[in-house]
Amino acid sequence: MSDTTSRISDNIDRFFDSDVWWSFKSSKVTIGAAIVTVLIIITAIFAHWVAPQNPFDPAQLDLLDSSLPPVWYADGTWKYMLGTDDQGRDILSALLYGSRISLMVGGASVVAAALIGVTLGLLAGYLGGSVDSLIMRVADVQMSFPAILVALLIDGVARGLLPNERHDELAIWVLIIAISLSTWVPFARTVRGSTMVEKNREYVQAARVIGRRPVAIMLHHVLPNVMGPVLVIATIGLATAILTEAALSFLGVGVPPTSPSLGTLIQIGNNFLFSGEWWMVVFPGIQLAVLVLAVNLLGDWLRDALNPKLR
Amino acid sequence: MLALIIRRLLQSVMVMLTVALIAFIMFRFVGDPIAQMVGQDTPIADREAMREQLGLNDPAPIQFARFVFNVVQGNFGISYQKGVPVDELILSRLPATLELSFVAALFALVVAIPMGIYTGLYPRRWLSNVFLTVSLLGISLPTFLIGILLILFFGVMLGWLPTYGRGEIVDLGAWTTGLLTESGIRSLLMPAFTLGLFQLTLIMRLVRSEMLEVMRTDYIKFARARGLSNRAVHFGHALKNTLVPVITITGLQLGSIIAFSIITETVFQWPGMGLLIVQAIQFVDIPVMSTYLIVIAFFFVIINMIVDILYHVVDPRLRAETGGKGH
Repeated sequence: MSDTTSRISDNIDRFFDSDVWWSFKSSKVTIGAAIVTVLIIITAIFAHWVAPQNPFDPAQLDLLDSSLPPVWYADGTWKYMLGTDDQGRDILSALLYGSRISLMVGGASVVAAALIGVTLGLLAGYLGGSVDSLIMRVADVQMSFPAILVALLIDGVARGLLPNERHDELAIWVLIIAISLSTWVPFARTVRGSTMVEKNREYVQAARVIGRRPVAIMLHHVLPNVMGPVLVIATIGLATAILTEAALSFLGVGVPPTSPSLGTLIQIGNNFLFSGEWWMVVFPGIQLAVLVLAVNLLGDWLRDALNPKLR
Repeated sequence: MLALIIRRLLQSVMVMLTVALIAFIMFRFVGDPIAQMVGQDTPIADREAMREQLGLNDPAPIQFARFVFNVVQGNFGISYQKGVPVDELILSRLPATLELSFVAALFALVVAIPMGIYTGLYPRRWLSNVFLTVSLLGISLPTFLIGILLILFFGVMLGWLPTYGRGEIVDLGAWTTGLLTESGIRSLLMPAFTLGLFQLTLIMRLVRSEMLEVMRTDYIKFARARGLSNRAVHFGHALKNTLVPVITITGLQLGSIIAFSIITETVFQWPGMGLLIVQAIQFVDIPVMSTYLIVIAFFFVIINMIVDILYHVVDPRLRAETGGKGH
């Protein structure tokens, strides 16, 4: 027990001693992006406690409070700092709950995409031959279409296959599958490339000589050495996934209005643009942009920090 | 060169057949085509007769062959939602999307290349930092949000520009254009800017990084040592060598502009193919979906092929490798 704790604290010491931590500390922009990201994630996870109102509990809604402007307008109140929508939902609360859905769908899609991509990339890179050319052919064809288009079509097909009444409850899963199936290619390409380099190294040959099975070699020897770039792609992929989800929801084929993500909120708000109720669309928009920007900045930093050429 | 073109053509045909297969599977197996065409109370016997008549009981390969045969002739079936032949539907929407896409691409290129050259040549000037920061915003702001903000500002608050539709259009027979009327051009401004902005940032960053790379090479130092003017070095030697990747990426981006127009068209209610496909997906209008897939794939394949051939024209090294004797 004390052995593991000391090993963990060793690892923590090593982390604070590393180049990665140093480059993090020395970039103000990165620190800012990290703080913003963590803040958004925490307020989203604990939306239940942080948000002034549960926007999806009809008992807490008051139609008399509908379409109120933000607090700095004459008829705005502190109770609804960022105003309310047409059903009297507090925009700030809807925003926090919406971020939760956006982050959840984005995160799950990236994890799924990484699992698919890393598995196929390892197989293609390690086995080579016809497995390799099959996987990479599929990747090439898919890569020539934008992810949003692939996701849109998968979503459309899923709608056709599922019974109508289950659309809404399954919408989030369909969305996650659609986004992950449309974004796995960069993972597969990178992992394949590094695997092809690693598999000829001495340590892999040694593992083969002592008779480890290919699966074990791939998982225990090759995988840990190709994970760096995967982390970078995953971070930037999170930003892309959140944007893709928002775009699909905005187009009306994403999550249903009963559990709105930031994209759904923007779509709802868009309907009230011409009646001058700009706050319904602008605040979710700002939240989305800030979140994506912060995650992108983190991804950029991670790419530079893990790139030995730039050190 | 000829061998290259033939090889690329064959590859393109293979890709198109694969896409057609996916479209066929969607068309045939997602939902029941018969159920979409007949009323609730059509007897089973009539349905079976229709099934037989339409050849839906034939073996799948024969059905696929017939599907491809029909597609080649431009016969894509009938929209479930609108009851009109899909090819007419797509053709009537095509000009709007293509016009928007080309204007957006042109705008992106014309603005992005000078910005990229400037930031590449003078990476430390403050204007370069402004360009880079703006481009980071351009990448992070989702397209639909930019569109909505533009509508809010220029459409609703200032009332300068129309916020939806194509404005007055001129019918040229097979083609409709909004470029010939004032209201058409005014309607095009915001959608084209919205659609082009992302590509603009992408191309600018690409030109910049290529410029930075090229400026470090020996032949640039050598050109300077020969006493060439800045202008000759920058444009004669450096820019020329950054163009190969720029052509490739821009060409490939043209395809994704057409695809990304889905979002822009929804925001501005632009009556193009994108708006059509979004409605088709909401209504699970499979014939329209599979046709859209084929049409878009066709564009992509054509663009990829042209880019590939251009690549060989621009870069003499590639010409030498493929065995061309053209120089």
